[in-house]
Amino acid sequence: METNSGDVLVISGSDDVVRVRQAVRAKAIEIGLSLVDQTKIVTAASEVARNTLDHGGGGTATLLTVQNGNRQGLRLIFEDQGRGIADLDRALTDGYTTGKGLGLGLGGAKRLSNEFSIQSTPGKGTRVVIARWK
Amino acid sequence: MAKAPMSDLPKILREHESQILDQWLRLLTQNVRTGRGRITERELQDQCRDFLAELRDAIEGGNLDDIRTGSFDRLRDMLGHISRSRAAQGFTPSETAIFVFSLKQPVFEMMKSETASAESWAFGMLLDQLGLYSMEEFLKRREEVILRQQQEIAELSTPVVKLWNGILALPLIGTLDSSRTQVVMENLLQSIVQEGAEIAIIDITGVPTVDTLVAQHLLKTVAAARLMGADCIISGIRPQIAQTMVHLGVELNVASKASLADAFALALHQTGRRVTRISSNDAKTSGISRGSAPGGLTGQANIGS
Ligand SMILES: Nc1ncnc2c1ncn2[C@@H]1O[C@H](COP(=O)(O)OP(=O)(O)OP(=O)(O)O)[C@@H](O)[C@H]1O
Ligand SMILES: [Mg+2]
Repeated sequence: METNSGDVLVISGSDDVVRVRQAVRAKAIEIGLSLVDQTKIVTAASEVARNTLDHGGGGTATLLTVQNGNRQGLRLIFEDQGRGIADLDRALTDGYTTGKGLGLGLGGAKRLSNEFSIQSTPGKGTRVVIARWK
Repeated sequence: MAKAPMSDLPKILREHESQILDQWLRLLTQNVRTGRGRITERELQDQCRDFLAELRDAIEGGNLDDIRTGSFDRLRDMLGHISRSRAAQGFTPSETAIFVFSLKQPVFEMMKSETASAESWAFGMLLDQLGLYSMEEFLKRREEVILRQQQEIAELSTPVVKLWNGILALPLIGTLDSSRTQVVMENLLQSIVQEGAEIAIIDITGVPTVDTLVAQHLLKTVAAARLMGADCIISGIRPQIAQTMVHLGVELNVASKASLADAFALALHQTGRRVTRISSNDAKTSGISRGSAPGGLTGQANIGS
């Protein structure tokens, strides 16, 4: 599998979430994802980016276009050095929120992606990787 | 800092004025694109000449240390004005900063032959201060523009339109960030009260992404409208958005319709009205039968008020 070096976007305010969405949309169009797939990966990115901002205290998003044989895809890595998540299963449960949200973001992002992985260390930070293939 | 040895600079600026100006302008025109809605070369020339004259006046007394002092008032005013107008004309930060910084070289060259290096150091520091000041003013102006545009967007793009007695529509366009959503909600609730509206149609055709935050804003708006006595219908949920919402697990628990036209028809129905097509001859004379909304709504539809 080939991977390019990727664009890194800083997430430190709600404007940055908008910027991440726009950048993901542009990349998704570039590699020719269908309208439905574009919408799915943009929405998933929006959820994870906002978690990075709201719960992780800000961080970065890295956008990669990936190639697997003749399949193209978009892989997004979100990283923060925030408080982390102690119970990942619970965080992924629909309706669970420690804030004022609906508690649907993380589980929704997982369902909207072809690949989803999350690593988190309490007190150290969180890393979420999502991907959508053509 | 000692003032006596500084007295050479004003003299240099005066005696070599035309040489310095020539070289400065040459450097500037290499780096700054003129014309096409921006400043002309002529204006640039004038700005350079005036700036140099003001600079000479400002340092006449020997103060090269601090541009915040009184002797620099006029120079600062002038530089501030130039920098802000650069921002307004769409210059890049580099193109703006280069105005001050490219004066270094021509002045240094005149100095080499005549004065000690201490003075060129002081003059370099002075231009650095002026360059920073120029950037601050440039950015101030840009921020003003951004702020004004944000406010305009927040206000302009959220009109509540009355479709019929008791029926309002709110066409949402663009990103629903928190500050805008606040304006949207207040506008809608106020209009509901003013019109005594029974039904509010929220159209999201123009909203590019519906994530959990947008969904939450919509849910809150619907709940608040309900408290004011109005039911909401959500329209314009495009197929790809509908699919995404299902995956997210978001349920809006309100009536929804694919298009604003369908939502309007439903609203009319719910308020005890019906749209019927009038005879085709009448429709022709009214001139607006074509392109009418689904459900046969025409110019003189028999809708009771
Ligand atoms: N990057 C992160 N750092 C720390 N905690 C996180 C992070 N991402 C998610 N969480 C935790 O997981 C919980 C669930 O996240 P999820 O996105 O599902 O819901 P939410 O953000 O609370 O609400 P919303 O439905 O608006 O997304 C959050 O409330 C938070 O406690
Ligand atoms: Mg979330």
